[in-house]
Parts: sequence; structure tokens; C-alpha cells
Amino acid sequence: MTVNEWVFVGLFLALAWLLPATPIFLAKFLAPKRPNPIKQQPYECGIETIGDTWVQFRAQYYIYALVFLLFDVEVVFLFPWALAYNKLGLFALFEVIVFIVLLIVALLYTWRKRALTWAS
Amino acid sequence: MTDFLIDLGLSRGLAVLIAKTLGVFALATIGLVWTIFLIWIERKVAARFQDRVGPNRAGPFGLVQSFADAIKIILKEDIMHRGVDRWVFNIAPLLSVMAVLMLWVVIPWTPTLVGVDLSVGVVYVIAAGAISAIAILMAGWGSNNKFALLGAFRAVAQLISYEVPTVLALLVPVVLAGSMSLQGIVREQHVMYALAAPLTVLIFIIASMAELGRAPFDILEAESELVAGYQVEYSGFKFGLFYVGEFLHAYTVGLTMAVFFLGGWRGPFVDDLPALGAVYLFLKSFIGYFIVLWIRMTVPRVRVDQMLDLGWKFLVPLSLLNLVVVALVWKIYPGTDSIDSFSEAIGPSLVLLVVNILMILGVGAVLREQGRRERERIEAKQRALELGAEPVSDVAPAGAGR
Repeated sequence: MTVNEWVFVGLFLALAWLLPATPIFLAKFLAPKRPNPIKQQPYECGIETIGDTWVQFRAQYYIYALVFLLFDVEVVFLFPWALAYNKLGLFALFEVIVFIVLLIVALLYTWRKRALTWAS
Repeated sequence: MTDFLIDLGLSRGLAVLIAKTLGVFALATIGLVWTIFLIWIERKVAARFQDRVGPNRAGPFGLVQSFADAIKIILKEDIMHRGVDRWVFNIAPLLSVMAVLMLWVVIPWTPTLVGVDLSVGVVYVIAAGAISAIAILMAGWGSNNKFALLGAFRAVAQLISYEVPTVLALLVPVVLAGSMSLQGIVREQHVMYALAAPLTVLIFIIASMAELGRAPFDILEAESELVAGYQVEYSGFKFGLFYVGEFLHAYTVGLTMAVFFLGGWRGPFVDDLPALGAVYLFLKSFIGYFIVLWIRMTVPRVRVDQMLDLGWKFLVPLSLLNLVVVALVWKIYPGTDSIDSFSEAIGPSLVLLVVNILMILGVGAVLREQGRRERERIEAKQRALELGAEPVSDVAPAGAGR
């Protein structure tokens, strides 16, 4: 039955692409299409764009992404525990608390290293 | 429906397939058409907050206004400017709607009616909800526009920062119910989890609002800095789809909140008349939706550094602590591993509520202290400035760079 269920999720996925795409196709026939070079400039508050768009960006985004990756993966490990919570004893709970404390220590470490401070 | 098809002489498997396909089609269509009404509701509510009347000309109470807008936007020229990454640019709006619509498939409407009751429902909700981050990054990256790219960077930083508190908040209903299926969570919810664990609901609302990317967390499309952020180059119905995605997402937050924390379809007489459950869920979904609108209309936009600080230095530690406290209380209180009725659930829920209130008071005290210290620091600096001393600037400017 579980395989069956995912078939309908797949079906819904196809629909979720198809239904929003319909008005775009409609617009292809209904909407006017008169491109000209000035209209097709990238928007930039009335001046012409200088240089390439895909420039270097702040390395700090990368640090946030790394911290996020760490946390998200570790949080996913908590789901099996939460699911089996009622069947597990107090000991398993303390093990999880140790795990969470380790997470908090990691957070404090990144905090102290000023990785979470948005430098201006 | 299935029985009717079997009576027509179809085999059982085929009948189920046809019935489910029709159901899925209906669900997706209802979701998208509902968005048109949501836009009307939001405009009306926003107008009331600002002491206006809102749309009131087209049709009764302006109900047809959004339909007119939808037709108008289809007729608009779809401008594709120079240098866009065509595939990425065109797929992004579809993806943003798809990401939200996918959440609807697991919502349990009544005790019996649910799109698909996945056994990993909660993980599915988190995974599907996170797709919108990819849509925004694609839109910003494909647009060949600096404003759009900056908006997309901020958006991704924001969405991933608030993903962690959301997941941690959603772990609490899983712990309390012992189930990851949404239907299972609703069934186990003899006392609304919002009453047992209000702190979790607060974390969930704040984090969800940030994932929505609406005011006060709309720095990804901050009009005064980035014009419209990632959607600046979109026109015609492709822009409309981002609009649809955003409004539907805001409502879906209310919907998921009703399922996870407000008891979903639970209510009086649902056992006798299951269809009543959908009405209850519908009414409850507006509680969360209205709170989201309320905050949007009331609170000014946060700066990018404030947004990241609120996420990482406040919500993440708080939600970790909250999870530990809930798990401890629920484990220490005897008999919580097999709750089957309201009378069994009320005892531990009350204890949890008291602990939660204590935590909220504690957090409030810490925040007040922090705010006082911050205020004094700035006041001291201003005083030093007035005395003509060397100015020390460590306050981030409003548009703190890329």
C-alpha cells in the first residue's frame, strides 16, 4: 500500500507542474509580444547595467550554509527518536539530551568564533 | 466514489486509481482557485488594518476583483530581457507554486478524507516546504539582474536559517503524538498541542513567517533596497505565479498549524458526521492565517543582520531547549505513553502548559534585559558623540552590503 501512496504523490506532482503551466501557455496566445532592445534591458533603476551580474558574493553566506547543513542533518537524526519516543525509556531520553547538548555546544562554538555575526 | 465505479463493472484496482486521480485533480484545482479568494481576503484584512475599505467595486464586496486581476495578468506581455538563463528563469515560478501545492496532498481534511496519508508525513512537509528556497534561488540566479541576485542570496540565507527552528518545532508534535503521519498526529491530539505547548507554536509561527519571506522578514524583496528582489524581472503570469505561491504558502502555514497544533479536524460531533471535520479544519486554519497577516501588517521590516541573529542566536537555542523540556516533562509524567482519551491527556498537558508559561516568562525576562542593555549601549554612544568624542560606529547600516 505504501508504494501505491507514493504513486499518487507522483500524480499530484505532475499536476502541480501542469496546472500552473496552463495559464502561461494561455498567455502565449493571448498576450502581446512586441520585444524591443530598450524593453529587454535588465532593470537597474534607469541606468545601464555595468559589468557581469554573476559577481562574487560574500563568503559569509557560505558559512551560514555550512552551519545550516550541520544542524539540519543532525536534526534529522532526532526524528527516529521522536517517533519511538513512547517505546523508549528514560535512559534513551538522556542519551538524546547529551546529543542535543553537543549540538548546543557546537552552536556556542560557532557563535564564539563570530561565524554567526553579520559583519558589515 | 470507489464503490460507484466498482458497481459500474471496473476492477477494484482501476476503480481506486480513477477515484484517487479525480480526487488529486480536484484537490490541486481547489488549491489554486482558493488562492484567488485568499488574495481577496488578504487585501480586505490588510485594508481594515490600515483603516481602509479595500476592494469593493467589482462584484459584491469586491469579490470578483481578484478574478479580474488574474485575467488581466494573463493578457500582459511576458517580457524576457537580454541574457536570462531561459530554462531556470521559466521553471522558477512553476516550482514556487509546486512547492506549496505539494503540501496540500498530505493534509488530513476529515477522519477519512486525506489526499495521501504518508507514514513520514512530517518529514514530507518539511522537505516539500523547503523547495521554495530553490525556486527563489533559481529566479534570482536566472534573471541576470543584480537586484534579483542579491534578493536570492538573502532569501536563501533566510530560508535555511529558519529551517532549523521549524524542524525542531515540528519535532514536538511528533514526540507528543508518537507518530509522523499527519492523520496520526491529529488522532492523538486529545488536547490541542497549542494549549499544551504554546512556546512551540510561537517558534513555529515566527520561523514559518521567515520561511514565507513576508513582512517583517521580507528583506529578500525589500522594496526600498532591492526593488522587488528575486522577482524584479518577472512580468505577466510568471510574476503572477510567484504571487500565487506566496499567498497560498501563507494560508498553508495556517493550515499546517491547524493540523499540528490546533487539532486538525477534531471538534464536537465529528464522530457522527466526518464531513464536519473539514469545516473545523477550515475554520481553524484561519487562526494561523490571521496571525500571519496581523504580524505582517504591524511589524516593520528587520535588517539582514537582525534577521540572522534572531534565527541563529535566539530561535535555534530556544527551540532546542524547548524540545528537551517537552520531552523530559512528557517522559517524567507517568502514563503518557498510552493516552487514549481527553481525561488521560488533560493532566500531563496542564503540567506542560505550566512549564511552558514559566519558560515564556523566562525568555521574556532575558529578552527585556537584552533590550535594555542594547538601548543603554546606544544611548551611551550617543552621549559620547554629543560630547565630541571620536565616533565609534559598529551599528550595521540599513542595507548591509551583499
